[in-house]
Amino acid sequence: MSERHFVPKSDVEYTKADFTSDQMVKWCPGCGDHAILSSLLNTFPKTHTKKENICMVSGIGCSSRIPYYVDTYGFHSIHGRACAIATGVKLANPALSVWVNMGDGDSMAIGGNHLIHAIRRNQDLNITIFNNEIYGLTKGQYSPTTKFGQVTKTSPYGTIDYPFNPGELVMGAQGTFFARTLDCVPQLTTDVMTRAAQHDGASVVEVLQNCMIFNDKTHAAITDRAVRDDRTIVLEHGKPMLYGKDKNKGLRFNGRELESVVIGENGITIDDIMVHDETIEDTGIHMMLAHMGGDLPVALGVIRNVKKTSYTQLYEDQMDEQMANGKYKCVDDLLNSGDTWEV
Amino acid sequence: MSKDQIVNKDDLVIRFAGDSGDGMQLSGTLFSDASALTGNDIATFPDYPAEIRAPHNTVAGVSGYQVHVGSHIYSSGDKCDILVAMNPASFKSQLKWAKKGATVIVDMDTFTDEAIEKAGYKENPFNDELERAYTIVRAPITSFTARIGAEQGVDKKTTEKCRNMFALGMIFFLTHKTLDKTFAYLERKFAKKPDVVKLNKAVLTEGYEYADKLELIHSKIVEVAHADMPKGRYRNITGNVATAWGLLAASERSGRRLFLGSYPITPATDVMVELAKHKSLGARVFQAEDEIAGICSAIGASYAGALACTSTSGPGLSLKSEALGLAVMVELPLVVVDVQRGGPSTGLPTKTEQSDLAQALYGRNGEAPLIVVAASSSANCFYWAYTAAKLALEHMTPVILLTDGYLGNGSQLFRIPKVSDLPEITPRLAKPNDPNYRPFRRDPETFAREWALPGMEGLRHRVGGLEKCPDGPLSTDPENHALMVYNRQEKVNRVANYIPDQEVTGNPDADLLVVGWGGTSGALTLAVEEMNKEGKKVAYTHFNYICPLPKNTGDILRKYKKIVVCELNNGQFAGYLRTQFPECPMTQYNKIMGLPFEVGELKAEFNRLIG
Repeated sequence: MSERHFVPKSDVEYTKADFTSDQMVKWCPGCGDHAILSSLLNTFPKTHTKKENICMVSGIGCSSRIPYYVDTYGFHSIHGRACAIATGVKLANPALSVWVNMGDGDSMAIGGNHLIHAIRRNQDLNITIFNNEIYGLTKGQYSPTTKFGQVTKTSPYGTIDYPFNPGELVMGAQGTFFARTLDCVPQLTTDVMTRAAQHDGASVVEVLQNCMIFNDKTHAAITDRAVRDDRTIVLEHGKPMLYGKDKNKGLRFNGRELESVVIGENGITIDDIMVHDETIEDTGIHMMLAHMGGDLPVALGVIRNVKKTSYTQLYEDQMDEQMANGKYKCVDDLLNSGDTWEV
Repeated sequence: MSKDQIVNKDDLVIRFAGDSGDGMQLSGTLFSDASALTGNDIATFPDYPAEIRAPHNTVAGVSGYQVHVGSHIYSSGDKCDILVAMNPASFKSQLKWAKKGATVIVDMDTFTDEAIEKAGYKENPFNDELERAYTIVRAPITSFTARIGAEQGVDKKTTEKCRNMFALGMIFFLTHKTLDKTFAYLERKFAKKPDVVKLNKAVLTEGYEYADKLELIHSKIVEVAHADMPKGRYRNITGNVATAWGLLAASERSGRRLFLGSYPITPATDVMVELAKHKSLGARVFQAEDEIAGICSAIGASYAGALACTSTSGPGLSLKSEALGLAVMVELPLVVVDVQRGGPSTGLPTKTEQSDLAQALYGRNGEAPLIVVAASSSANCFYWAYTAAKLALEHMTPVILLTDGYLGNGSQLFRIPKVSDLPEITPRLAKPNDPNYRPFRRDPETFAREWALPGMEGLRHRVGGLEKCPDGPLSTDPENHALMVYNRQEKVNRVANYIPDQEVTGNPDADLLVVGWGGTSGALTLAVEEMNKEGKKVAYTHFNYICPLPKNTGDILRKYKKIVVCELNNGQFAGYLRTQFPECPMTQYNKIMGLPFEVGELKAEFNRLIG
């Protein structure tokens, strides 16, 4: 089956300003969403997509206000349903570049069903999850990603809900693209969003985002400048999985699980360090990488990027085949098909 | 048989009943198809359980299919002239649908002690009293079929599946029809299995010949009058297929690609099943992960420029309510087909009812008006689906089309139209690069906004569930909200300027006006027609446009001394009319049994009201 691309390229060179809308941005000052918006606006020119062919679809929550701040077509829909609406947009017109923006509650609680099915189908959607581990717009209730035991307005004695890890959810649903980034590293965010846009199929980008009002510093243990290099690892395809301020730490698979090792200690050399392959079809290693945290650094960058014919292409191939060779050319043919008689 | 034995009749009702796996739906369909092809008007009514294969030989597992054939058929008929009962359980549960004096064909081989007991009988049901009330034909259907199977060397299981052909053969004899149409069907259907064709044909023929040899029923042979219908090309069609085809026709006529986002639910599934076959006609069908995704994908498709639809039944419509509110808010065209069934909750999935009307009219948060229309026959589901699409596209609003299980699964003759003869559909598309485009700029006559599609140059805009001002941006201004609520309501109200006046049939000078809506028109029409023939004066008006109502509705209602609103619910339409026309006293006739109206019960009620 030949690979097809449905979104036409633009001959115009756009800049960030071309995508900035005239609407006042109403997020709290200092909110991580500002940085994500900026990264997104920087991403669009890099995708070389005609401005009119971009359609932003969001659900409900702080992050879902984003379509108003982007000068493209946009649909700010209802809670949890962004993936379902985006699915219809793309099916009705595959020439559109469809971007779905949701928060953690929107995408994994009320909209969890739509998210897993959108991923499973591998329709060509660019999904971004703003993960601040809290319900912000309703003022501070725990979400499906809130850390176990955390005290919130609806968990005054600490949550007893085990949280989701969005990456594991993507792998479990046979996702073909998963990347993770931080709101405070805008260049990485733009890079992975650009890669996500290039991916034919459903792509999911998780942005660890700070809500300074209701869940401030929830990601600080990994995002603070002082610790970031040691608590995160930016994965790059084909390169050894090295991290740390001096890039002397690395990841090794010990036959049972991933472990962090230091080059030069205990006879460890660069050859012992795993090389990242984002294209392995089996989800095993990618699942382990997405799962990391605690003693292991949190994985950032493109963790998984697998080629698998997209739903969009499979759908259009079937449509084209039937339009060309199907039994009926017009509705009159259908109405008069089978047993009919004259009175 | 000699010709003088044949009785001529205007119509005849036949009911096929058996275990869920006995092939009764197929027997009924084959008989109705053959009747239609030989010139009868028809209407059918499948009456089947929710279980696919309930325990063998139990009343719970009985599946029925009623066919009404004749010269001018409005409904599937009240009680039957011929009942086929393939086992004791179907005999027990279906005999109540047989007219006194009806011919009842039973498979005597199935009346074993065990099966009789399983059906709930204390003893063998046949007795003198029963024999006097009906002409009971005890046919050795299973054993004769088995003998033919054995002769042809076919296995037992395959042979058993052909029992229905024996019964069908008998019915063809009783209705003085030939077997050739059904032979042709079998040859088509089992083209790759000549053994199966041979067996089925042999069993069908055996049934026919067996009946021919039975003196008992020779006086019962009926020749049903040919249909008296306008000239044209005809076919048989079910309501769900007609709905699907109406949407296809609207798509072709409007130039907008058809999108259906849907989730399987009885009795609406066949709309999706049908459209899924027609990719060659551009139908984009999406089987969603749930009802909500069904409608949400349709809303997305509508935003992107498709004639977008979703199909469902009662509980599914409940799940779609929030998204329907969104469609009202963003003012996008959308067709929601609700094939109603018995409720509330899971209710009676395979039985018919009209109890989703209130939900269709009011089942959303906020002031959320939309158009509601209802089909009134299996065949006119085509036109109402077409009309729903036309109204949605021209008035930029969601439209709910109410059909029901009776219309959806039932079938009727359909006079095939030419697509080019159907009314024009003009979607309200915005013009690319129109500098004056505003998302909620309205047509001064219809109040409909314009449809600017992603991909169109110079019309980038945002829509969403939050209240907007006419220019597009968000607004929480109190006056703006009041204005937008007014505009959305006025847009739906003004649809009344574009629909035909409501008509009155029967005797318009009567004191009694019968009011119906949706799928009950067959029985109501016939009841009113028969009463007027009998010299009673009855007027009748049947609603297809529910919201808004035709403009002359009040004028009609105010003319009559007595009004009876008949519907298969507890009075939802009556209540709706009362809120708009409080000056008109109305009585109600309601039935909530999962079954269509019978002509007999309606006439009894109308006679009582006339006094």
